[in-house]
Amino acid sequence: MVAEPHVQIEGLTLSYGPRAVVKNVTLSAPRNGILGIVGPAGSGKSSMLTCLNRTIELTPGASYTGTVRLDGQDVRSLEASDLRRRVAMVLPLPVGLPMSVYDNVAFAPRLAGVRRKTELDEIVERCITQAALWDEVKDRLDMLGTRLSGGQQQRLTLARALSTDPEVLCLDEFSIAIDPVTTMRIEAVLTELKERMTIVLVTNLLMQARRIADVTAFMLNGELIEAGPTGDLFVFARDKRTNDYLAGKFG
Amino acid sequence: MADPIARRRPPRYTRYVEWVIEGLIRVCGLSAIVFILAIFVFIGKEGIGFLGTHIVGMLSSTDWNPTSTPPAFGLIALLVGTFWCVGLSLLISVPVGLASAVYLSEFAGDSRREGLKIVVELLAAIPSVVWGFIGVMILNPLLQKAGAPVGLNGLNGAIVLALMTLPLLVSLGEDALRAVPESYRQAAIAMGATKWEMVWRVLLPAARRGLLVAVLLGVGRCVGETMAVLMVTGHAARIPHSIYDPVRTLTATIAAELGEAVRGGEHYQALFALGILLFFVTFVVNLIADAAVRARKTQ
Ligand SMILES: Nc1ncnc2c1ncn2[C@@H]1O[C@H](COP(=O)(O)OP(=O)(O)OP(=O)(O)O)[C@@H](O)[C@H]1O
Ligand SMILES: [Mg+2]
Repeated sequence: MVAEPHVQIEGLTLSYGPRAVVKNVTLSAPRNGILGIVGPAGSGKSSMLTCLNRTIELTPGASYTGTVRLDGQDVRSLEASDLRRRVAMVLPLPVGLPMSVYDNVAFAPRLAGVRRKTELDEIVERCITQAALWDEVKDRLDMLGTRLSGGQQQRLTLARALSTDPEVLCLDEFSIAIDPVTTMRIEAVLTELKERMTIVLVTNLLMQARRIADVTAFMLNGELIEAGPTGDLFVFARDKRTNDYLAGKFG
Repeated sequence: MADPIARRRPPRYTRYVEWVIEGLIRVCGLSAIVFILAIFVFIGKEGIGFLGTHIVGMLSSTDWNPTSTPPAFGLIALLVGTFWCVGLSLLISVPVGLASAVYLSEFAGDSRREGLKIVVELLAAIPSVVWGFIGVMILNPLLQKAGAPVGLNGLNGAIVLALMTLPLLVSLGEDALRAVPESYRQAAIAMGATKWEMVWRVLLPAARRGLLVAVLLGVGRCVGETMAVLMVTGHAARIPHSIYDPVRTLTATIAAELGEAVRGGEHYQALFALGILLFFVTFVVNLIADAAVRARKTQ
């Protein structure tokens, strides 16, 4: 008996103007697991993620067909801002909002109506700690978030994403600006976090997918070539293109 | 084989062209400074002596009556009139202007934005006299229909000034908002902020210096405006007690009286003294705007 997938993408086709960049993809993310998505540049990974929290709707000229279900429910039937609190997103380039480190993390809880200082303090400390950033910023929480180093800002973004207690956490190439040691620390954090949430991890580091993803999907030119349990995929992929990519023969 | 590009030298004449252009630019820049200094010297020469001997009297009386005997040069009423008009008009133009700027940069689609910007620029091209006309012929009757007492008044002037500053506020405000990186908007939206929450909590704070500059330049524009306020404010040198009282501004006083003042006489010098004061006020406003711009750049 297989549990119902937490996130289910069905027949998703996404176009910018007339050009389809995601083509009829059906893919699901297992509950409390890490779904890794790999593929060469331009294969449509980031575009697909924007359908999960419907930020795609803010891109002029973009349109999509197909369905994304969260817990069996079509995301289009949800209020966009509610959806975005439940499905958090960490983008590849860190964006510290132009406010203090504290306010960055308290931003979403405040929007959701949390006012009590003690409660906010607790959330801020917990999320920054989870993002492996607490020791570096605990003495300067009121510093401008944009003054942090690139790698610190990226972890601040992660802390911010965790601040709503999301049930799905999407990360788009989060390690792009982070050193290997911190990357490993965050990978460890993610493996812990999946006890409480489902994680979708787009990555260009094949080894990263191999290390922490439970299921890995391979995309090429907007098509989903193959998806399966990570161990299987890396050892004996069915498709030759998957094999070649994972073996580093192209891309 | 030809040299690699990095080793080639551009032809010699390009250096002379460079030199000539640089010289021309320098002359233009310097001439601007020279003009300003010349204006300063001219106004200062005529008015500074008067200002020196009369400053205390000018700043301690509300009675401006330069043609009576003995003449009275109290300018408190004029100063109050000026700031009254400017303040009242900013109360109208700042909220409306910034709201329009937010609408244009965040909510209007591309085509509508371009259309509206053309309208805004047209608004900026209407000459001051025409605004005065509109104030007298259209706005004032409207105000009276709405219950204002008969006659021109400060409110009338404030509304006209507000209409005149709006284009400046809208276009500079929109520039400031659009200079905020797109990624801030995306990050806020991705956190579950609605568009309005994003504008209020992220966009406006991020653009606040640019918006401040827009407002300050608007203030400078208001303070210096002459023709329209001369026509629509009622031109009475009294301290206003209600928005329906007529007022008179520094600029309007100079424009109205310079023609009839005897050249070199006391009245004439007094008007130049007003000019110096005006110069000083707008200079300070611009200085603040400049400091804000600088702070924005280093941020
Ligand atoms: N806003 C947009 N408008 C038009 N085309 C876009 C837009 N965003 C992405 N694309 C195009 O869609 C295709 C897929 O882009 P996407 O960013 O999803 O790829 P990706 O798999 O995330 O690549 P990478 O690994 O480089 O991040 C690319 O060809 C890109 O040029
Ligand atoms: Mg991408």
